[in-house]
Amino acid sequence: MAEVTIREVRKTYGAMEVIHGLSFDIADGEFMVLVGPSGCGKSTLLRMIAGLEEISAGTIAIGGRVVNGLPPSKRDIAMVFQNYALYPHKTVAANMAFSLRMRGMDKAEIERRVRDAAAILGLTDYLDRYPRALSGGQRQRVAMGRAIVRDPQVFLFDEPLSNLDAKLRVQMRAEIRELHQRLRTTTVYVTHDQIEAMTMADRIVVMNAGHIEQIGAPLELYDRPANRFVAGFIGSPSMNFIGARIAGEGGAPVADIGGVNLPLEPGPGIEPGREVVLGIRPEHLQLADSGIAVTVAVVEPTGSETHVVTRHGDDEIVAVFRERHRFGVGQKLHLRPAPGMIHVFDAGPGGARLGGQGGRDAG
Amino acid sequence: MNKARRNPLNLFAAHAILLTWTVVALFPVFVILINSFKTRKAIFREPLALPDADSFSLIGYQTVLRQGDFFGYFQNSMIVTVASLFFILLFGAMAAFALSEYRFRGNTLMGLYLALGIMIPIRIGTVAILEMMVALDLVNTLAALILVYTAQGLPLAVFILSEFMRGVSDDLKNAGRIDGLSEYVIFFRLVLPLVRPAMATVAVFNMIPIWNDLWFPLILAPAEETKTLTLGSQVFIGQFVTDWNAVLSALSMAILPALILYVIFSRQLIRGITSGAVK
Repeated sequence: MAEVTIREVRKTYGAMEVIHGLSFDIADGEFMVLVGPSGCGKSTLLRMIAGLEEISAGTIAIGGRVVNGLPPSKRDIAMVFQNYALYPHKTVAANMAFSLRMRGMDKAEIERRVRDAAAILGLTDYLDRYPRALSGGQRQRVAMGRAIVRDPQVFLFDEPLSNLDAKLRVQMRAEIRELHQRLRTTTVYVTHDQIEAMTMADRIVVMNAGHIEQIGAPLELYDRPANRFVAGFIGSPSMNFIGARIAGEGGAPVADIGGVNLPLEPGPGIEPGREVVLGIRPEHLQLADSGIAVTVAVVEPTGSETHVVTRHGDDEIVAVFRERHRFGVGQKLHLRPAPGMIHVFDAGPGGARLGGQGGRDAG
Repeated sequence: MNKARRNPLNLFAAHAILLTWTVVALFPVFVILINSFKTRKAIFREPLALPDADSFSLIGYQTVLRQGDFFGYFQNSMIVTVASLFFILLFGAMAAFALSEYRFRGNTLMGLYLALGIMIPIRIGTVAILEMMVALDLVNTLAALILVYTAQGLPLAVFILSEFMRGVSDDLKNAGRIDGLSEYVIFFRLVLPLVRPAMATVAVFNMIPIWNDLWFPLILAPAEETKTLTLGSQVFIGQFVTDWNAVLSALSMAILPALILYVIFSRQLIRGITSGAVK
């Protein structure tokens, strides 16, 4: 087990830079998730840690040892791929044993490790099968078994659940998490699915266009997103953004949305007259007699809750209700955010956080 | 879709077309075979008749086996064909792997350059090739033929195989790299088995022209001990007199090995298609 240190890492293809000097640390035994939209560089970064992509500049160290010049097999890592990447002409047992045999490990020791891994993953009955005779979930387990037997310092996962159906994904999510709790191996996990990131991670790195937007524990990102990108990316349905102007004098600032005033917590960037963007999570919107006037456009009942897509002028506002209201399309409503549940962001392109509270325990 | 498939009219039409095609394709072979067992007179009197007690004769086969070293020719053809196919597949697959797997300057240009040979017939360069072979002292050796046929087959092989190799999962190769496999092991143990259908296709495409070629054996290796089967059969075709019995017998015997090679490769082809895929 080991910590991973990433310092000023860059990746360039010709003249194009796709990763712009990233630095962060992954602690020993931590489950770190890299998340972001496709093309944000998260997979490239993972492949650089694995040694499958060259590091154009900067250093990556695993367990205090700089690995820039080492081939993948010498980095003491194991990787689980999206397509499982099992050797099609080898049995499950042979797939798991292969890397150990390549290292010239003792036969009895290989046997023991494969048995142990198979027992952990519930694959004992399948050891003699070929990958083509297994289901998607079983194949993914074999791929994990292949990683476990090596007893590496770091596990790398590259979107391992993307090819599974929704139900299996939820199940495997819990299994991977359980496995990590049991083995306590440092893990780097790449996904584009923010729910996977939220449910599995100790800490999350949110990436966008080759930059890090924010690093933090899942609820920290949810409650105090550093900017509009993180706020919109984390959470489903995503956060509503509404343009507003700060009004009110002295100690009681309010946000003015076309004549409707919403009280804000005072903060350093919250100055009267400033144009800002308010961020309100769908579940923090409540029905009220007065407030933001909206028109119902779409109603999506999911059973446990109801998503109501509404229009406020040209903006779209989504609200989530746990109670069962009966809304008709075109109906006029007034929505009001729960007290203290408004995030305030700069109206500029970066959209940095200026203040506001989001969490139930915050403030 | 299933219903359409089971429709007896469609089924009949499909089989009728296939059967017609089979007859058209096999008819010349059939004519060669039956006539090779007939006397010269019977061949000309009734070319389409089956050999009967009167017209049956093995004179053609006797001539072929008596004149010249038929089994020697046979062996030469076999060596040239098999060796050429081996080198085409080996070097073609290696070049295709490099082109599809590694990012380097001039990759696309190199691919185009290698594919250029598909469009330019190698026979245009016959004179230069002959001069080269003379300079290398390779005239009248089987090596000369093998080299030429390998060069002739490589462009198409690289073209087809690199397309297929692009389809092999990157994750699989990367898993191999993380497991500590060398690039050579990845190539031979992981990638080649997965592109076996394409290899079989390339082999079948290249085999028949090499086996049947008359041009290069005639120019590069006409000596008695390096004659190929096709060249050897020409002995019986003269400007004024042609020993048709012998020609037909030689051709009948020449079909067999090509047929056997074809069966081997096409079995590979089918097995390759049906055996386990990555996902």
